[in-house]
Parts: sequence; C-alpha cells; structure tokens
Amino acid sequence: MLSVYTDFIRIRFLTMLAYRVNYYSGILIYMLNIGVYYFTWQAIYGDKGEIGGFTASQMTTYIAVSWMARAFYFNNLDREIATDIRDGSIAIQFIRPYNYLFVKMMQGFGEGLFRFTLFMIPGMLLALLLFPVRLPTDPLAWIGFLVMLFFSFLINSQLNILTGLMAFFVENNEGIMRMKRVVVDLFSGLVIPISLFPGWLSSIMQWLPFQAITYLPGSVFTGRTKGTGILEVFGIQLIWFFALLIPIFFTWRAARKRLFVQGG
Amino acid sequence: MYYIGLVVEYLKNYMKTRLTYRADFWVEVVSDLLMQASNLIFIFVVFGHTNTLGGWSEAEVVFVYGFFMVPFGLFSCFVNLWNFSERYIVKGEMDRILTRPAHNLFQIFLENIDPPGLIGSLIGLIIMVISGGQLGIELLWWHIPVLILFAVSATLIYTGIYITLTSLSFYSDSPTGIIPLMYNIQNYGRYPVTIYNRAIQFLLTWILPFAFVGIYPASLFLGRTEMTHMAWLTPVMAAIFLTIGLTSWNVGVKKYRGAGS
Repeated sequence: MLSVYTDFIRIRFLTMLAYRVNYYSGILIYMLNIGVYYFTWQAIYGDKGEIGGFTASQMTTYIAVSWMARAFYFNNLDREIATDIRDGSIAIQFIRPYNYLFVKMMQGFGEGLFRFTLFMIPGMLLALLLFPVRLPTDPLAWIGFLVMLFFSFLINSQLNILTGLMAFFVENNEGIMRMKRVVVDLFSGLVIPISLFPGWLSSIMQWLPFQAITYLPGSVFTGRTKGTGILEVFGIQLIWFFALLIPIFFTWRAARKRLFVQGG
Repeated sequence: MYYIGLVVEYLKNYMKTRLTYRADFWVEVVSDLLMQASNLIFIFVVFGHTNTLGGWSEAEVVFVYGFFMVPFGLFSCFVNLWNFSERYIVKGEMDRILTRPAHNLFQIFLENIDPPGLIGSLIGLIIMVISGGQLGIELLWWHIPVLILFAVSATLIYTGIYITLTSLSFYSDSPTGIIPLMYNIQNYGRYPVTIYNRAIQFLLTWILPFAFVGIYPASLFLGRTEMTHMAWLTPVMAAIFLTIGLTSWNVGVKKYRGAGS
C-alpha cells in the first residue's frame, strides 16, 4: 500500500523534471527578490548596528535563506485541489482506493524534492556568490534547519490543502487563494522578520502558524536561535503540524458530505 | 468612434458576467488590495526602525508608492497580457482575433479588461493626498494636468515593456517565464533608486525603465529638484517604449502562422 504513495512522489518528481527549464527563470526571479530586499535593508541599516535583534549581515543571510526556503516549500496544492473540485474530477478521486489528501501531500513532496535539488540548492549557491551570505558553522544549526525546513513544507502544504478545500464551500476560491499567498508571505516573516513588526503585531503573529514556515527555521539558520532554543522552536512547529491536522480532518469530512458535481 | 463603441460593448459584457458572480468580484478586489497593503506595511515597518531611506522620509516614500499605484491600477485594468502565450498562441485563439476588423492588440486588451484594477488607482490617489498633506505640499494649478500626463505616460511605459516582451511569444512557442520576471523587477521601481548600486540604477532608468513608473515622476510633486529633469523625461520614455512595443508586436503578428494542425 505504501508503494502506491511513494509512486506518486516519483511520478511528480519526474513530471517536474520534464519541465525543469521553466524553473531556470525561477532562480533568477528569486535572486531579484533577494536583491530588492537586500538593497533596501542595506539602505535602512546604514550605520545602525542592530535592528530588531538582527545585524546587517544576519539580515542578508536571513533574506537569502528565507527566499530559498520558499523555493523549496512553495507548491500549488491549493490550486490543484480547487481545480479538481471545480471540474468535478474529484468524484473519480473519491472512488479510488487511496486517500486523496494523502496523495496530494505525496505529490507535493515529489515537487518539493525537485525544488530542493534543482531550485533551492543551485539558487542558494548563486545567492552565496551574489550576496554576502554567511553560512552557519555549527553543525547543530544545519541539522536543526534542515529538519525544520521539512516541517515548513508540511505546514505550508497543510495550509494549502485547507485553502484548496474551501472550493467545496464557495464556488470560486481564486480570491481566497491569492489572499492566502499574501498572508503567508507577510506573516511568515519572509518579507519582514517577525521581530521587526511593532510589538502588538508581532505578539499576534506568535500565535499564528505562519511564523513556523519561514521565521523559525530562518532564526536557526542565522544563528539567532542556538542550542536548546532550536528544540523549542522545533516544538512550536510540531505543535502547529499536529494542530493543523484537526481542521483538515473536519473540513475534509464536511466537504465529502457537501459534494455535488455539476453536469456529467 | 468605432473603437469607443467597442469599449462600451465589452464593458457591458464584462458587467453581465461579473454580476453573476458578485461575491467573487469583491473577493478579487480585496485580495488585490491586500497585496498592495502588504507592500505598504513593509514601508511602515521599515520606517519604524529608521528615519530615512536613502535620504527619503517615510511620507515621501509612501507618496511615491501612492503615485506608483495610479499607473499600476490603470495598467492592470486595461492591459492584461498575462498568459497571452498559453491563451492566444497555444490554444490558437489568435486566429479568431485576426479575422476581425479591429486592431488585434486592441481586441486582446478589451477581452481581458479588468475594471477592479482601477480601485487601486483610486486608493493610490488617496494615499498621495494624505501623505502629501503630511509633507505640506500645496496643490498648485499645474499639479493635476501634470499628474494625469505622468500617470498616463507611466502606464504607457509599462504597456510598452510588456507588449515588447509578450511579442516574443510570436517567435518562441514555449512559455518563457519572462513576464513573471518583469513583475519582480518592477518591485525595484517603488523605492528610491538611489539606494541601489549603479548597474541596477542604470537598468531601471534606461533599459527596463521601471523607475519612471514611480520615483522619477513622483519626485516632481515632492519638489525634489535633483530629479526634476528625470521626471520630465517620463512622457519621452513613454513615447519611445510604446513605439518599440507596438513595432515589435506588429512585426511579430506578421510572422505569426497559427498553431494549426
């Protein structure tokens, strides 16, 4: 049974590989994004030593690693699920002998593997050449970051699945999906590290799952979180991973009862 | 006259389809604005930690962003070439367009018209008024005609760049990903160009002149004398880039042979 699911990983990986040329320009786009924030932050730092607990050099590293992490964990599971629901092919998925959401997760992982090896790693190497990024020297930081990166992917995919399933309840969830993307980019700390937000806002964000996607792994990578602190932030990720299973379970159950396929 | 009639007809059609899905309309508006809001939040957070960005104050940077929203809104309303290659070339829709009497590019613009974009322009104007008030800018008689001139010129610069790049899809049939690239480069134009290094400044001024869609024209209203001459170049750049765009488009259409099977 397990081999069914691993096959989905393999197939998606190979599909992505066939279209790899499309991702070359993706690397360039990410470099541009890193660049715009890099230059803006450089201008902001000027002669300031530290902003929000970040030194200028940590900020550069944080920006680069956050965008490259996004290159890995980003996927379009929300759009894929919404399309399946809207064109009715979800009905076929229901009668197949597997769990649809689990399959989606596996496909997302296949895509993630592709993105990790052919997008994130080359992108990171390029970023090292272009910007003064400082890699961690502590092996614990590397291990912590890589484990947490995997959970970034899981949590981001969970949020995507939830957003995609909304298509069961509203006829067109295009707007919701776009909003989710903006919210994730902003609240995950990709655009601005959480500690730089005004106090009240950053304390709200600490109670939301988004920081587990970018901010927490980024803190480990830049060495702002060390030693047992790594376990603590990883704990936050774990809690969110399990907590998000609950709404997914209930949405999925409610959705199956609600399903009607138009036409046919 | 004929073309104005077409605009009216397309708008009527647009309204009819939109009224069927009223909720979608508002969700789309809100999600577009959220995107802009997140950029503004970035500016506000940044100025929570610093007083100037490359010599520009918070109110000035916000003013520039407000100005940027005006042409950007106009552009996203009237010019929508996103997915042109997939929709028109790969699916062969371009053949249908070419059999009709109106100019093909004009038809494509009309088919993709997106009036909600204009709400962004409106909010941009409001932002300009508020931050302009904070800066103590007095409204002079020439401000309004010049604002219209600059906003239209900036929109045409955008249009020129995107037409040029989209016309590449007449020559190569694989989606190249150049357009998403542009959407990211244009982000650079929102901030004072002086914070970037020389090469990027040159790129944003003369090659992909996104600086003319934000900082340069807006600086005139802010009384930034060091950029005045650049501000007045905006309409000139618009004329140049629109000409390049339309020429490469028309040449591309001549070469177009249809996807046919």
